[in-house]
Amino acid sequence: MTGMEGMSANPLDLLPEILLLLGAVGGLLLGLWTPQHKQSRVRILIVVAALASAVAATVDLTEPDKGVFDDSWMIDTTTGIVRITVALATAAAVLLSSTSLAGHPRETEAYVLMVLAALGAIALAASNDLLMLAAAYLLASVPLYALAGFAKDARGVEAALKYYLMGALVGVLMLVGIAGLILATGSGNYVELSGSLPQASMPLVALGVIGVLAGMAFKAGAVPVHFWVPDVTAGTTPAMAAFITTIPKLGAVAAAFRLVAEPFAAIPLDVPLLVAVIAAASMTLGNLAAFQQTEVLRLLAYSTVSQVGYMFMVVAVAGQSDFAVPALAIYLAGYAVTNLGAFAAAAALPKAASIGEWADAVRGRPRLVLSLAVLLLGLVGTPPTAVFIGKLTIFTATADGNLVWLLVLGAVNTIASLFYYLRWIAPAARTVFADSKQPDHMLAGTQARAVMVSTKVQVLRGPAMMVHAAAVLSVLLGIGAGVWLTFIA
Amino acid sequence: MLLSVVILLPVVAAGVLLAVPGLPDRAASWFWVAIAALDLALIGWMWIGFASAASEGPSGVVDGIAYEQKIQWIPTVDASYHVGVDGLSLPLIAMTGVLFLAAAIWSLREKQRPRTYAALFLFLQTASMGTFASLDLILFFVFFDLTIVGMYFVIAGWGHGNRRRSALKFFIYTFVGSLALLVGFIGLFLGSETRTFDMVALAADPPLTDSPVAAGLVLLAISIGLAVKTPLFPFHTWLPDAHTDAPAAGSAILAGVLLKLGTYGFVRIAMPILPDAWQRWAMVIVIAGVVSVIWGAFTALAQTDLKRMIAYTSVNHMGYILLGLGAAGLVAQADEQARTIAVTGAMVQMVSHGLLTGALFLLTGVLFSRGGTYAFDRWSGLARPAPIFAAALGVAAFGSLGLPGLSAFIAEFQIFTGALQAAPIATVIAVTGIVVTAGLFLVALQRLFSGEMKVPEAGGIASARSHGGEGKRSAEGGGPRGVKTITGNDDGRAPAVFKDLNGRELTAILPLLILSLAIGLFPRALLDIIEPAAAALTSLVGR
Repeated sequence: MTGMEGMSANPLDLLPEILLLLGAVGGLLLGLWTPQHKQSRVRILIVVAALASAVAATVDLTEPDKGVFDDSWMIDTTTGIVRITVALATAAAVLLSSTSLAGHPRETEAYVLMVLAALGAIALAASNDLLMLAAAYLLASVPLYALAGFAKDARGVEAALKYYLMGALVGVLMLVGIAGLILATGSGNYVELSGSLPQASMPLVALGVIGVLAGMAFKAGAVPVHFWVPDVTAGTTPAMAAFITTIPKLGAVAAAFRLVAEPFAAIPLDVPLLVAVIAAASMTLGNLAAFQQTEVLRLLAYSTVSQVGYMFMVVAVAGQSDFAVPALAIYLAGYAVTNLGAFAAAAALPKAASIGEWADAVRGRPRLVLSLAVLLLGLVGTPPTAVFIGKLTIFTATADGNLVWLLVLGAVNTIASLFYYLRWIAPAARTVFADSKQPDHMLAGTQARAVMVSTKVQVLRGPAMMVHAAAVLSVLLGIGAGVWLTFIA
Repeated sequence: MLLSVVILLPVVAAGVLLAVPGLPDRAASWFWVAIAALDLALIGWMWIGFASAASEGPSGVVDGIAYEQKIQWIPTVDASYHVGVDGLSLPLIAMTGVLFLAAAIWSLREKQRPRTYAALFLFLQTASMGTFASLDLILFFVFFDLTIVGMYFVIAGWGHGNRRRSALKFFIYTFVGSLALLVGFIGLFLGSETRTFDMVALAADPPLTDSPVAAGLVLLAISIGLAVKTPLFPFHTWLPDAHTDAPAAGSAILAGVLLKLGTYGFVRIAMPILPDAWQRWAMVIVIAGVVSVIWGAFTALAQTDLKRMIAYTSVNHMGYILLGLGAAGLVAQADEQARTIAVTGAMVQMVSHGLLTGALFLLTGVLFSRGGTYAFDRWSGLARPAPIFAAALGVAAFGSLGLPGLSAFIAEFQIFTGALQAAPIATVIAVTGIVVTAGLFLVALQRLFSGEMKVPEAGGIASARSHGGEGKRSAEGGGPRGVKTITGNDDGRAPAVFKDLNGRELTAILPLLILSLAIGLFPRALLDIIEPAAAALTSLVGR
């Protein structure tokens, strides 16, 4: 797996991460010496750094898997996909949030925090050592606490506090778990753990498994540690919510996948079942809770909880099916694009909090509704979008890993999710349909109403473009799956 | 390559329609007609090429596939863009092309957002043709699902009555079905030796042959998925609502094309890929078919609304198809020749039902455009003022009930002939369904055409006339339009008016009837295409 001395410590192996770090530090320094109204420079620098990082990660993807720095950092397909997706998603989220952040006194800080959290997400995915995992957990969490309360309003503060308290609690739990595992085996390295854990004391291992998985479930926003998701999502701006519900998930799910596939693979506890239960609970409860939501952001928040359920389906069969790794890769990439797009739709109309208001405000914008429909139906898993391919491969991997009941539950939940996504699409489509009809005798009244509406809510251009881009990309990733999947297969 | 052009041309045209700003509405409608006609011409060319290359003996399903194209799509699970036509799919693709052209002509005078309407139908055309041409399970699923999305927006955006509820019901039902289908497909994939979604490879080397329980469960999942779409009793309850509340062209496509996706799925996927399970459960399929025949016929008889009645006859007609297909699986009870006849009949029935029901739904659209209602008790004595309408509806209705000389007779006769040996009791019961449908169509014709002339309130007519006879205005309110029951001539005052079919309506409907008549009188041209494939399918099922 590694070089002659059993280790490699070439810093260039971490080039994608170093580029992101340079972006963060450089952005912070540049921001300090840049006047308020020219802070867009920082944004450009950070987006360039993120893109460069994605390019470096793509180049790295073609190289064989390797563990670097004493095998504490694993560079393989999973890491590669998370690196690329996180870097690109961060660039997109920075651009998306620039609409609401431009001119904000703490604009630079927000971008820098986002990049640091992204770095943490990548570190989660790449961790091949429990102590590295703990550090990554903190790096992926602390910047987000600040971002959650960034607006400094009542809702934001409450959300940040809730997020922080929960994060601290779960973090302690995770540290106890890590301590237990290291105590049981004397090592935190996954390679050594996978050999020694099966013989270790089972109570300690059980404690460790639960603690570590709880940490990952918290970062991913899975049931039962998902309570922060709706509050944080609804308590911050849509752009920040997009970031918080997308980027850490990618890293956490990949980390859970690695844990289940490697150190936890051979232990005599039914870890797949535990993960499968988390998956089942997440998708079911997320869906059930989403039914009643009338606020766009809360609906999306619960939608992300249920999406984590599908991701954990593949975690449950990690290492048991040949389809698991590609399935995870496809789903993570597809989810990132689609979820960012859906949040961008909310960001395009920041004043429209409820679904009804959103639908009213898109009067005369059929293309925005079309793109939204593509994205939301994509989240349901309608072909030929990227999430459909992801879901298909995940379902296949789940059935291949002999969890047929989970596959059936996933299918049932997919149907259930259709209801609340349609609750958003249908009124929006209705507004657009009703608008272009314009019966002549009602023209005067309609015009008056249109004027009223246009003064009430304005559609922001940047996020709207992001919605279109995400919709197109999600379809292209789906149709062109054959092209990009050959790189990771 | 030609096939891909046929499939993708409409969706590309739809993109053009949406992308070009400021296109006049009329131009958009004519553009749609032109694209539909061009697509049909290409299909005609394909047909000629296919017919001239056809050889003797069984050919189809696993070999003898023409215009094949395969591009790797999802390498990790071996799914590909794999399309091709054989004797099973080509007639249905041709029928689809004809119906979409009819729908395009019918909608030339569409007043409501004609551009979006045209784009949606073009999108639906690609999805439907893609489903018929797919030779890969996932590709099939993709197109299958896209038809649901497209039709949902057609019903929700351009329907009438309780359209939103009907559209949602349609979406949910068929979406549930499609997910059952997907679960079944994954079962096939995992059960196959080579781990592939390719239908040809799967049919050549059927999966799950050594595990009857798993094969039965997979067949169950696939059958539920297809039965919802077909629809078979008891999964049919979405159908009357969706059909009734859809716009006329939408109903014609829904009944004519989309229902065939379900029955075609049985032919293309369930039968050749799971032959053992199909044989084992063939009797269940036969019974499901017969129950649908009887249920559809009697429920149709009870309707007081012409469009709902026609919708229920679809359940009845789809039941015959399942009877034929199920009989093909009763290997022990019937010889191969009889089973081939049953499959051939089922295939012809798919084409025939598409043409005739398409025509029937367009004709109900005439009623709606003139008076805003389909209720029997609001119309009578229409034969005198509208002889062409009466003749067209008469031909379509007689065709639908299986009168010799029209396509449905060829279809149903073959189904019964083929199935009689395999399942005599079921066949006899199913024949009584014909009697019931004959009765209900005759009653319907009598109610509409004979007696004192009666049409709904003149306001409805005036509005319909002023809007080019399309009369879709009712959809604006979303609710059912309240038409008062004032008949024009109760008191001998101003005689009520009922305009006969206009040129546009006739151009849309007449070709469908002529084609049905042509198949009824000269079935060879169609049977020459279908029979080799039916024989190939029968021998695959008999493995």
